[in-house]
Amino acid sequence: MTACSYDAVVVGAGIVGTACARELADAGLRVALCDQNVYTGGGATAAGMGHLAVMDDSEAQFALTSYSQALWHELAVELPPAAEYLPCGALWVAADQEELDQAQRKCAFYRVRNVPAEMLDAPQLAEAEPKLRAGLAGGLLLPADSVCYPPSATDYLARRVTETGGSLFLGARVNAVSEDGVGFHDGTRVSAGVTVLATGAANLTPGIAVHPRKGHLAITDRYPGFVRHQLIELGYLKNAHSTTADSVAFNVQPRKTGQILIGSSRQFGVDDGSTEAPMLAKMLARVIEYMPSIRNLSMIRTWTGFRAATPDNLPLIGVCPGYKKVYLATGHEGLGISTSLATARLLADEILGRVSAIARAPYEATRRFVLHA
Amino acid sequence: MPEEIAIEVNGRRVRVAPGMSVAASLFQAGEFHFRSSITGEPRAALCGMGICFECRVTIDGRAHSRSCQIEARDGMVIHTL
Repeated sequence: MTACSYDAVVVGAGIVGTACARELADAGLRVALCDQNVYTGGGATAAGMGHLAVMDDSEAQFALTSYSQALWHELAVELPPAAEYLPCGALWVAADQEELDQAQRKCAFYRVRNVPAEMLDAPQLAEAEPKLRAGLAGGLLLPADSVCYPPSATDYLARRVTETGGSLFLGARVNAVSEDGVGFHDGTRVSAGVTVLATGAANLTPGIAVHPRKGHLAITDRYPGFVRHQLIELGYLKNAHSTTADSVAFNVQPRKTGQILIGSSRQFGVDDGSTEAPMLAKMLARVIEYMPSIRNLSMIRTWTGFRAATPDNLPLIGVCPGYKKVYLATGHEGLGISTSLATARLLADEILGRVSAIARAPYEATRRFVLHA
Repeated sequence: MPEEIAIEVNGRRVRVAPGMSVAASLFQAGEFHFRSSITGEPRAALCGMGICFECRVTIDGRAHSRSCQIEARDGMVIHTL
């Protein structure tokens, strides 16, 4: 590796980094894209589910996820088959009347914002997903949600970099960041007009309030038709959004291969990436509670990953505190795949001085809490 | 112990010796196409010790059962492919 000069260097070739690199390359910049792995999409991107969701936790989260979903719908038509794009819709499952009331409020939220949403009563839920246990209250169907296989999407997005005269630096770990580029662990450097850090939970700039949040997933052998939609329990919202406690939630996804992806768990303060039997057992027990016959399926692999969590559950998109030409695109927690394309568009808007389609302020990396004291 | 047990393979009644694995029973019954790979290639038992997963068949309605690790039982219903 020799010292080269680029218009932009993007560190981290996960879904967010590759989307940023593509966006900048499309704007005419010569881009260097680097990753410590020898392939793209090998970090949290490979560990995640790949549910392309529109979320309603806050107006800012809704704005980013719905903008990004529109961009995914545009991209979907050109994605290669390996990206396994599947427009299966998502179904939020209500276990009781309280959760059904919550589903109804969500439904109204989406409808008033022109997102297709449909309430299902108990018989309609059973018809939509016959393997769910009896006695559930109903559900909320979001037909525009979809799923994909994110590592293959990163491969596709990264191609634009080389197509436009840029370079991929794979197997290259960055250990120094400055206003005029990055340095690699082997002592070489890449200088660039702007630097984008898309390294998920791995902070390269000190003091940024992004913390790893560990998750477990499992995948089954191929059982086509067993699950039809991305399924999530409404209890997920109570469980997943606590910013301190460990939690599990029923969350399963049909893959184009017929496999079923099974989640999910959330843990803070764990930096060991090994799979933990007690956490896995807790997660699977929750899944079996909702879908009893899933216990008869053959589970072929389990793994973990680290989400990049922020204190307000919104990502950090924009100039990095303390820098002028170093930008952050991280902190996406469990929504990195969903929001990657909008993140890239907004970041490119900021770098290039363009007007954005949605307000960028809620995601600015300079917002108050970001720097630790 | 009975001298023979009867199993059903793709709707066909087959007699095998007690104590045989499902995989061995399938071979004896002349079945050499246990399942199909993702690209549609025929597959059958290979390692015989539960590692390679090539011998998967549906046994009594349970898909992806490793036939080399399961003993044939009287009345078992097996489907290949």
